[in-house]
Amino acid sequence: MALLSKKDTNLILDPLADNNPITIQVLGICSALAITAELKPSVVMALSVIFVLGAGNVVISLMRNIIPSKIRIIVQLIVVATLVIIVDQVLKAFAYELSKTLAVFVGLIITNCIIMGRFEAFALGNGPWKSFLDGIGNALGYGVILVIVGFFRELLGSGTLFGFKVLGDPIAKTGVYSIGYENNGFMIIPPAALIVVGVIIWVQRSRNRSLIEEN
Amino acid sequence: MATKTDKNVYTVLFATGMVVVVGSILAFLASALKPRIQENERFEKQQNILYAMGVNENEDEGSVNFISTEEVEEVFSQYITRQLVIKGDSIVEDGEAYLIDLKKQLAIAKSGDTPSLPVMIGEKDGKTFYIIPMYGKGLWDAIWGHIALDENLVVQGVYFDHKGETPGLGANIKARYFMDDFAGESILDGTRYAGIEVAKGNNDPLNQDKEDNQVDALAGATITGNGVSAMISETVNLYKDYLQSISTQ
Repeated sequence: MALLSKKDTNLILDPLADNNPITIQVLGICSALAITAELKPSVVMALSVIFVLGAGNVVISLMRNIIPSKIRIIVQLIVVATLVIIVDQVLKAFAYELSKTLAVFVGLIITNCIIMGRFEAFALGNGPWKSFLDGIGNALGYGVILVIVGFFRELLGSGTLFGFKVLGDPIAKTGVYSIGYENNGFMIIPPAALIVVGVIIWVQRSRNRSLIEEN
Repeated sequence: MATKTDKNVYTVLFATGMVVVVGSILAFLASALKPRIQENERFEKQQNILYAMGVNENEDEGSVNFISTEEVEEVFSQYITRQLVIKGDSIVEDGEAYLIDLKKQLAIAKSGDTPSLPVMIGEKDGKTFYIIPMYGKGLWDAIWGHIALDENLVVQGVYFDHKGETPGLGANIKARYFMDDFAGESILDGTRYAGIEVAKGNNDPLNQDKEDNQVDALAGATITGNGVSAMISETVNLYKDYLQSISTQ
């Protein structure tokens, strides 16, 4: 027997492409703009969201029958905030270096609309296993876009990837810089992320026309 | 038909219960982990101070590498020979001066009282380093660091850190290529205590001009850069009397 049924597989795969939280649902844009100037923070953020959304979806799903509907948003907020603080504190005690890298992201994770969106739209109405898969799937979909945007912004904006000078040294004029190439300073400021995300949406919709809304 | 979870009484009870449960978990966790976290923070401070005076495991190029956490305590006591606390005109030695929270002292200075200002004095290869802590404000949150000076008030090294500057932009104040630029700059401009400005458009990306009291700014991080400039000049002002006393000029 397969580990995942077809339905379960779709829970993970759909958000990667045709139901992507960033390019289709346009959620989580704020963090996608804020932290994608370099590849490394994009990857760190993607991993953090995978963890928080996976775990948060399970917790909310387990609690779904006892959460009073009037205060469900507050309950969701508390769950995600608690999870993030626990992770932050444990890292500070046992993996201090890593916690310093993540500190900046803590606030961004709590306010990420994808997390609240999946709690509200999925975990409140489905069982823990399905919710877990849905959480992982959506976080992966978010992470994929983050990494793509981070890749282009760091490559074109700074000429580096993960901090390595892949295009040569812009000051000493080696590599492609020796033939007159210049880094595009615009790529490292946040509006550039919006343009890269726009291009991704454009490419995706021209490949799959069923995604285009009818007016 | 209203289910039981719609009732007001249930809602209030649920909310109360949740607050108690979550509150106790977090309180328990925080107090259980506090000693370890404080220990980590102390090691980090030692690493930062040593980093500023050039005691680190950096290679020629690339990333910031501290003395490892396991041995930092020993290395710290080996290189840092004296620690002083300056309070007004009195200067006393204090082996734990480096733990003084500069943020609190700045608040004391602002309220008009005399702050207790720590200075760490390090010796390396026969040279003396005066290491001074700094604290200021970036774009989103606090920035801080240490600056190591020699007796001519020329910067020997710096270390900056931040709480929540934008990753990839302002957060790069703790990157090698930014911090390395400060070495060799003087905080004096003639006889004026000028500090060092993080300047846009100084047309000196390699920072070859060490006489201009300027280092090249980070693109896309104007406000963080201004915060660094302000932090340095504020610190220099605060320590001016002491710096005058060590200066050979």
